[in-house]
This record gives sequence, C-alpha cells and structure tokens, in this order.
Amino acid sequence: MGMKETQVTVNVNGKLHSLTVEPRLLLVHMLREKLLLSGTHIGCDTSQCGACTVLLDGRAVKSCTVLAVQAHEKTVTTVEGLGTMEQLHPVQEGFWEKHGLQCGFCTPGVMMTAVGLLQQNPHPTEAEIRHGLEGVICRCTGYQNIVRAVQYAASHTETSAIDSEVAAPDIVRDVIEGR
Amino acid sequence: MSGVFGSKVKRKEDPRLITGQGTYTDDVKLPNLAHAAILRSPYAHAVIKRVDVSKALEHPSVLAVFTGKDIVQKIGPIPTAWLPPDSDIKTTAHYALAIDKVRYVGDGVAMVVADDLYAAKDALELITVEYEVLPAVVNQEAAMGKMAPVVHEDAPNNVAFHWQAGDATDEMFANAPVHVSHRFVQQRLIPNAMEPRSSVAQYNASTGSLTMWLTSQNPHIHRLLLSGILGLPEHHIRILAIDVGGGFGSKIACYPDEALVGFAAMELGVPVKWTEERRENFLVTTHGRDMILDVEVAGEADGTLTAIRVHNIANMGAYLSTAGPGVPTILFGLIVPGAYRFAHAKVDVYGVFTNTTPTDAYRGAGRPEATYVLERIVDLFALELGMDPVEVRRKNLIGADEFPYHTALGLEYDSGNYQQSLDKALGMVKYEEFRQEQEELRSQGRYIGIGCTTYVEICGLGPSQVAGAVGFQGGLWESSTVRVHPTGKVTVFTGASPHGQGEETTFAQIVGDRLGIPIDDVEIVHGDTDRIAMGWGTYGSRTTPVGGNALAIAVDRVIEKARKIAAHMLEASEAEVEFQNGIFYISGHESGTVRQVTFQEVVLQAYLAWNLPAGVEPGLEGHSFYDPVNFVYPFGSHFCMVEVDRETGEIAILRYVAVDDCGRVINPMIAEGQVHGGIAQGIGQALWEGAVYDDRGQLLTGTFMDYAMPKAHFFPEFETAFTETPAPQNLLGVKGIGETGTIASTPAVVNAVIDALRPFGVRDLDMPLTPEKVWQAMQKGSVSA
Repeated sequence: MGMKETQVTVNVNGKLHSLTVEPRLLLVHMLREKLLLSGTHIGCDTSQCGACTVLLDGRAVKSCTVLAVQAHEKTVTTVEGLGTMEQLHPVQEGFWEKHGLQCGFCTPGVMMTAVGLLQQNPHPTEAEIRHGLEGVICRCTGYQNIVRAVQYAASHTETSAIDSEVAAPDIVRDVIEGR
Repeated sequence: MSGVFGSKVKRKEDPRLITGQGTYTDDVKLPNLAHAAILRSPYAHAVIKRVDVSKALEHPSVLAVFTGKDIVQKIGPIPTAWLPPDSDIKTTAHYALAIDKVRYVGDGVAMVVADDLYAAKDALELITVEYEVLPAVVNQEAAMGKMAPVVHEDAPNNVAFHWQAGDATDEMFANAPVHVSHRFVQQRLIPNAMEPRSSVAQYNASTGSLTMWLTSQNPHIHRLLLSGILGLPEHHIRILAIDVGGGFGSKIACYPDEALVGFAAMELGVPVKWTEERRENFLVTTHGRDMILDVEVAGEADGTLTAIRVHNIANMGAYLSTAGPGVPTILFGLIVPGAYRFAHAKVDVYGVFTNTTPTDAYRGAGRPEATYVLERIVDLFALELGMDPVEVRRKNLIGADEFPYHTALGLEYDSGNYQQSLDKALGMVKYEEFRQEQEELRSQGRYIGIGCTTYVEICGLGPSQVAGAVGFQGGLWESSTVRVHPTGKVTVFTGASPHGQGEETTFAQIVGDRLGIPIDDVEIVHGDTDRIAMGWGTYGSRTTPVGGNALAIAVDRVIEKARKIAAHMLEASEAEVEFQNGIFYISGHESGTVRQVTFQEVVLQAYLAWNLPAGVEPGLEGHSFYDPVNFVYPFGSHFCMVEVDRETGEIAILRYVAVDDCGRVINPMIAEGQVHGGIAQGIGQALWEGAVYDDRGQLLTGTFMDYAMPKAHFFPEFETAFTETPAPQNLLGVKGIGETGTIASTPAVVNAVIDALRPFGVRDLDMPLTPEKVWQAMQKGSVSA
C-alpha cells in the first residue's frame, strides 16, 4: 500500500525478466502471480513444508522465505525449468517410475529439494535421503516411494551431469564443501 | 488389453504434475481477478458488539467489505448434510459470517475483496471489531456440564445429538467371567492436506451463471449445497475441481468461505479468488477424531469375546460440519465389533458443541477410532487373561466359512479370510523369534515390543437405501459415462472425484482391460459438474468399489451394443459373437480368419451408421448409475515392532508389516502407495500428532512449527503385502484401499509400545506417545521383567 516499488532483474529458467515489484513481494508470489509459473506451490506460511522450493543460483531455497528483491541479478530454476516431457530430469523420471507422488501438490518442491540433495551428495544412502528430505512435508505418500524415486534418480544420473545441469557451479561447490 | 487389470502401470496423471503443469485451484488466473481475505475471530467465544469497516473501505485497492449483517439476507446458512436418525439432532444455524456472536477462533467476521492479494490482507488490519469476550469451553465432556458456557442457545448442555445402536445389557458385563473396561482418548487431529483450500468464482450476469473452481472431493455435492445457499438454480452453477492437492476428508465439507467467494463474484461482477493460508487452514478447515471413549468388553476365561459396549463423547466443534455428525455415529458405531464374533454390541454416542473448529471426516472417519478402541481393549483383555494377544485374536476372528457374516450391529460382512491374512503377516514378522528376542533384550535392560491389529473396515459408501436410513442427505451411488469416439478412443466421465488416488490410471486400466485397448486411448474426466452427469465424489474408499463398478457396467453396455453391430457386420447372430482383446469373432475362429472385426472397426460403423442392424441407433456411448447392494469390507493384519529408549522415552519403529486385502487389486503400485500413506498418517496419530487448545480456546498447535507433521526420517521402510479375496457382490471384485493403513496402524503402534513397556506395568497411555509421556510412565513403573 503505497510502498515504494523497486526494479528486479532475474533469470528464471533461462529467461531474463525485469519487473517492478513491491519490496515486500515474496519470490514465490513473483513466480506464481507475476511470471505465471504456477508449478511452484505454497503449502504453508512458516517455511516448514517446502512445497515452494526452487533453486536460487543452484541452491535449493524455500521461495516463500525469500523476497523477490533478493533474487535480483540471480538465477532461479523452478519445476518448469527442470525438464521437459521429451527430456525429463532424472528426478522427474524417478518420481514417475517409482510412484513418488499422489496428489502432486508437494511434488515440485520435493523434486527441487531432491535435486539440491543429489548435488550435494550424488550417491546418498536411504538414511541420507530421508534426512535430506527433512525440509519437506508430504501428506500422501508416507515418503517411501519418494525415497525410491530419489534412489532411482541417483542411479540414473551421471555425476558430471549433476554439476552442470543447473546453473552456478561455484555455488554448488560451496555447498558441497560446506561453505 | 488383457493383463492390464492387476498390473503395475505408471500413472497417467503424473506427466502434468511432475512438470508443473497441473491446475490446482489457486493456479487459476482470470482477467480482472480480485482477491478476498477473511477477518477471523481471535476469540473462541465472544459477542460482536460493533464492526467498523470504514477505514478498510477507504483503502484504494479495496472493492468491497462484507460483514455478517450485510449478507445475512443474501446468503443462506451453511447446512449439515448428515442427520443421524432418532438422535434429536440440533442443526443450529451456521452463517457464512458471524452475525452477533463468534463461536471459535477462526470464525469469520468480515470479508475484504481487493484488486490485489497483499492489499486485501492489509485492509483486514483496518477493520475494527469490538468484542465482549465470553467464557469458552473446549473439552466435550466439560461442555456437557451444567455450568458450562453455552455454545448455541438452542442446544441445551451443548448436546448436538444423542445416537444409539445395538443392545448389550449391564448384566452381560457384570456377570461375565472376564470383564475389562477402559477409557481411551482419540485426540483431535488436523488433516493438513498439503494444498490449502481455495475457491475462485466467476459470474456471468447476462446468463446468470456462476463458475467456481474449488478444492473439493465432491463437486456435485458442492453444487447442490451452494445452489441452496446462494439461491442460484443448480443448472446455472458449474463446479470445477481439476487437480486437488489431497483431501483426507477435509475437502468434503461445504465451507462458509466458499459461499462467500461465490456471493462476492455475483455481487461485484468481477471474478474473485480466496486461498487460505496454512495458519487459516489450521483454524478453519475441519479437524478430525476428538472422541472420549469408555469401552467395555466381556468374555470367557478361554479368551472368547462375547460382548462390547462403547460410550462415545464426540467433540463436534462450534458448528455441525457437512458430514460431521455421521462420523462418530454411523461410521464409528457400526464397525465397533470389528473382525471378531461378538454376540452383543452396544454403542452410545453424544455429539457435543464446543468452542473449537468443527470436526468432520479425517482419513478413515470413525473407523480408525472404532478400530483403535477395539484393538486396544482386545490387548487389555489378553493381558487380563495372561494370553498372547495374537492368540486371543485368532480365537475370535470370524472364520472364512462364516461369510456373509451378520454382525451384532446389523451389518453383513461380504467376504473375508482373516486367518489367512494373520498367518501371512505372522510369517513376515517371525513372531516367535521376536518374542524370544524380546525376553533376551529385557534381561539386558532393553525394551522392544510388538503390536498388532486384525481389522475389518466398512467402506465403499454405499447403498443409497442405507444412506437414507442412516440420515445421509444424499445418495451414494455413482455415475459413469463411457463415450467411444469414432476412431475408437474413449473418454470416461465419472462422478468420483480423485485428489491423489490415481483414478485416471486405475479407471483407464478398467476400460483398457474390458475393451482390449491401450490405456493411452482412454481419458478419464472428473471434477467438472458441467461435463459429468452427477456424482457423489471421493471419500469413504468409494471410488473404486462404487465409481469403478459404475464404469465397468457402462463399458459393458458399450460392448453389448457393439456386439449387436459386430454380429450384423459378421452376418452372424449376437449369441455367436465373442469379444476378447478388442476383437469380435465367431466362436471357433479365434484368429487368422475373416470372421472377425476389431473394436475400432465396429465403432467406426456405429458412427457412420451406413448399415446398422434394425433397431440400433447410431453412436456408441455407455451410461450407468450404479448403486451397490452392500458396502465392501476390506481387512488385514498389521504388525509394528518398536524399541523404547529407557533413558529418553523415545520410540524407534524397528519394522512395520502390513498385509491388506482389498479384493482384486487393479494396480499394485497404486494400492501399495495408498497403504504407505495411510500407515504414515496412522503412525502420526499414535506417536506425534495432536491438536492442542488452551482453556480459552486458542489453538496452540496452529502452524507446522507446533503441530508435528511426520517427516521422511520418522519412518522405516514399510513392508507391505496383499491377499486377494475377491469382493463377491460387485462386478470387479474390488474393495477400497484408501483408508486401511490409517485404520490399522494407530492401534498396532500403540499396542507395540505398551507391549514394550509391559515390564513397567504400563497398561495404557494417551496418544500421541511422546518421549516425555513414555519416559514418565517408565519412571512411575517398576521393572518386573
């Protein structure tokens, strides 16, 4: 309400966007309402459920807890940029093959979390996968087939591909090295 | 295609959902879309003295502000659609916005419509409400007390209804050789479908038609109810529920906010959207369970169970939700005797108003609560006798040769093989070895336990005649239309309305199997009242047994007509023509002869209509309105094995084994997924979840920070298996599978924990079994291994 608007330039799924936004606008609302990318969902308002997870400069973040202005001059990858029907990302393939989704609402966020997880740890154990999914909530699946989906993705991904497929390798390296 | 029924087929709905192309209600965007936000009462019980919206109206982005007084003449009260018979039910008026009194934290007081979502929420803060706060009551037993605050003037002692069934006399218990009684509490749960509820409404004043996108499990029920509430003729309302992000019962009810959004779109002439925030979901979307249950069983010294009696005080919240009264009565009461041969049973239920969020169905709806108290008291009965709980169950399970079995409460169980299920589960569990290990570990000061559930579930709701007899204000049949296109592709229109169950796949499998065509040639249309004749939606594990059989019948009607045309094409009599794998042929000439035509060839002729047999109309479409003759009764045996940490009270689930029987399985992958999800929710109730109100009616567990939603690392890998006892009373031989896991798992887990705590003399603990509660129990108990 009468808040001073500001300019944001952001690369979303390989496409550059320049928008005028309120400083308080959440990244998830920018994606859903301004860019009409409705694949990223909002499941809570306290940053627990992870349905809104996207990659920001290659790192999995909850876009309900990031302001649009914080994405200025950064790269965002949403589920729409993950893979196409012609060439699904291994994580998408895994979710389809292993019945990793039921209602599908949490799925985009869970998949982006899984992408982030596999970047940090390309060959996780079951326990590591379950721990890595701590930031997401799924009410339908009981998680078992999500775990199988991530295992599928891990075994169908070339390690080199993980580094190159989603932007900003230096940040990925930071994450891997725990910086 | 033969073999498609019963096979693990990847889901047809997944491509759009894994690429972000789904259409959930909040994804709907329309030109000039306005956004609504609702001001909600911060008090559980208060008189509204004054509402001042003038400042909100001055906000430049605000289009309108409505209060209860503004709309009372325009929107009818929200009705209750389940009125248990002979229960003296008080259906007190539930207005879309409170008029002079609020009755729970979250009760709507005003609605703002603005041209921007953030502005709508800003404007809520500009509304001033003056309240006179009244004492509140949150516990249902306290609410029945003489001095308790009154939630509705027309419901004395806050009793909304009193319902009874069966008979079991005091003497049956007093004179029984073994008599065990206990009070169990089914804590309140919050369904928390991951998709918050949402409505979008668009009104065309020139035609008088309203289109609403809704998060609904039953769009036709929503249309029916909204027609009455908004005073719009039913044929001028279209409800769309395309992709729905989980429901678990919480998207059955017709909610005040849904009526408000429809009203606002009509009043303002612009499309309006409202989507709840998660904290709003916690406050206003229906909750589940919340029953105080006094249970008694009588039996013989040899372990034979003879009678059961349950007294249930159910917390209905501040208003009676759409299906709310049916849950603690019909859905709970009738299944109380479970899988055992009880000669007598009695259920006595009070539904009570309190200053809390209304309760309604939550996955299992009544049946988990009934199964919980039964499976827990059977364990206490075994303990009393010093018998192994598995042996007590085996002794009392209804035998495979006793079906159809008539229960003490008048149900007719269709089929079952309970012993086989138990044996299979025991084999997976290695029960005797576990008991040995338990003894050994106890001597080392480690405490492991095993618990089981041998359940039967009533689902596939249900015969409409029964629905009427038990007070459900609707039918429970299902419709299906199978439209075969000239090229042989098929569109199915079904009244069942999935929200994660994978029906686009399983229903395509039913069609593919019967017509002998690839499932990719079949499209399942659901969730659109303009495209689908009528339907009662998805809940009570009814999609497959009712909607699926409606579909099978409609497909068979297509085949019936196609056979007439095929016979004409083959110059044979209808009786001579067989149909298999998509080919009509004359018996004895199955392949390689000219005496055959494909389904596609027949379909084309049906549409060309150049040479149809006499009396056969062009086109090819099958319809059915299928009303089942009985419910279906899935069953199974679940085992849980746990270890309790002596130092911290923490519970580790060592193994979880589930054997379920839902009749014939259409898609094992999807059936298994349903079981997984159900188990996770049931374990959630046993160990972590619980809604907590303070005594002023504030919900203390109102966010995901405070309400313990299960996460991936809480669980081990579930071990699941199926037995298949075909349902004898429907064409497909199928039963429901959506709720079994929730029904079976909660008591299995609690039985396991109590078993682990046996050396401490612990008889029962109230859920959720938090480490603190378990630790306290161990501190109080003395080790007597």
